[in-house]
Amino acid sequence: MTFFFEILIGGLLSGLMYSLVALGFVLIYKASGVFNFAQGAMVYFAALAVVGLMDKGLPMWAAVIGAFGVMVVVGISTERLVLRKLVNQPPITLFMATIGLSFFLEGLGPLLFGNEVRPINLGIVDEPIESILTRFNIVVSKFDLAAAGIAGLLVGTLALFFQYTKVGRALRAVADDHQAALSLGIPLQHIWAIVWGVAGFVALVAGMLWGSRNGVQFALTLTALKALPVLILGGFTSVPGAIVGGLIIGASEKLAEIYIPPVFQSAFGGNFGGIEGWFPYVFALLFLLVRPEGLFGEKHIDRV
Amino acid sequence: MAWKGVERGGDGQPVWSGASAVAGAAAELQGGVQAEHAQAQARQAGEVILDLQHISLSFGGVKALTDISFDVREHEIRAIIGPNGAGKSSMLNVINGVYHPQQGRIVFRGEERRKMHPTAAARQGIARTFQNIALFKGMTVLDNIMTGRNTRFRSGLLANALWWGPARNEEMRHRQKVEEVIDFLEIQAIRKTPVGRLPYGLQKRVELARALAAEPSMLLLDEPMAGMNVEEKQDMCRFILDVNHQFGTTIVLIEHDMGVVMDISDRVVVLDYGKKIGDGTPEAVKANPDVIRAYLGAGH
Repeated sequence: MTFFFEILIGGLLSGLMYSLVALGFVLIYKASGVFNFAQGAMVYFAALAVVGLMDKGLPMWAAVIGAFGVMVVVGISTERLVLRKLVNQPPITLFMATIGLSFFLEGLGPLLFGNEVRPINLGIVDEPIESILTRFNIVVSKFDLAAAGIAGLLVGTLALFFQYTKVGRALRAVADDHQAALSLGIPLQHIWAIVWGVAGFVALVAGMLWGSRNGVQFALTLTALKALPVLILGGFTSVPGAIVGGLIIGASEKLAEIYIPPVFQSAFGGNFGGIEGWFPYVFALLFLLVRPEGLFGEKHIDRV
Repeated sequence: MAWKGVERGGDGQPVWSGASAVAGAAAELQGGVQAEHAQAQARQAGEVILDLQHISLSFGGVKALTDISFDVREHEIRAIIGPNGAGKSSMLNVINGVYHPQQGRIVFRGEERRKMHPTAAARQGIARTFQNIALFKGMTVLDNIMTGRNTRFRSGLLANALWWGPARNEEMRHRQKVEEVIDFLEIQAIRKTPVGRLPYGLQKRVELARALAAEPSMLLLDEPMAGMNVEEKQDMCRFILDVNHQFGTTIVLIEHDMGVVMDISDRVVVLDYGKKIGDGTPEAVKANPDVIRAYLGAGH
């Protein structure tokens, strides 16, 4: 039983890191109704900026601040140069633009900051927490816990920000109806600049956490793909949904990895390792059949 | 337009002759309008706050508005009527800054502009509702109305994000104001409901609430009673009149229900095929043969 809990806790903690990436998608989707395909590229770009600036001799804290500045610039220029030209275009056009943006960032990042794989050292060691190990005999990684804590804090703060502040309401208003938002004096451009800036910040945090675990490399862009099942589960428009979706995906993929292969093996023979890699997508697919709007998504009711 | 003089002359109000002839002449006649309406409704129409001069608007080859001039006086209820496709909504969108006319001048509170921008219009105290309800469907009634306070917030992004003292107090103050609007429009019971779930008539009322939350000096209503049943229409009429009487809000409205328009408006401008065909008090407009022709067809 302790083994089960160990897997479950490990899964939940890594799930919060998925939530963090998913959050970047949710932010932009909420505010502009666009599925931002470039979110993964932004994670990669932000992490590259941190290690790139450190290579230039900056201390960690300065590199992080510098990288944040870079992400804000990326966000604001995306709004200026891409989105502003595409106001009132159908969402698919904007979606295509973000695909273009992702290729652009994936190319520009290595060009500016170098493309060799480098580690980020956050100063948190990846070793079990003593007290929990001795008392419950469960291995909980310090790094996982710290990363999950940071992710949870960020997600929670943004959820509150969206729900209870003027800017948060304005973001939701803009997402819902441009014309109406404008008529209330909500400046569309500012809101988009803010939301891309915040999405850049989220990408930075995600990039640093994932980068310190796996090294800063191109594969970081693929972590964004793991956010997709999280979004399908949690709903594209819900910040709390991103948390819960991440927890479910994280826990279920780890548990599936441990408990499903033996069942298959005894039934069919052969090797069924690596379930972790595809389980979340199948899980999300099944979930879509039952609840297409996600756990917390807004259900659209059409009046006929 | 002499017919008006003849008709109105009968009951001793010859001032009405030529009321809709030219914008300049209309100004001289306003004294008469005021006198008449000051008695009917204990409320004074004030200075001209919005003056539209020779507005022309076209989309490609389609002429939506052709050389339209009229004005709106402070504290009055000004209706824009006309058959479908007459350009009423276009006119409202020009005032609000959604459409930019190719020709003409807009003078709002003494300040002249070729075109408005919607956010600028909002900041100057113009609020509106839409023909097809444009509420934020996923948000609650309360949040929707709170967005109406947007231009009234003073605290910046950072203070807002940090939920910092003054920003928080400000939020509370605005919330207070929103509750007043909610009480005024009698929608207390639904304040936490997502608007997408509300019936049509109530959504229209929430949209009015959102516009009122901005404490506008001018309110543009695009068919506020469309699709409503008699009871809902009566409620909406009452609210519009209350807003006008209690807060002195200037109201420009588009409406198809002639009974309603004639009952609540101070002055009516009539459009047909993008041209102005009548302008004046409800009584005057009702008797205008051009207006009758536009509504009933040439054969009548």
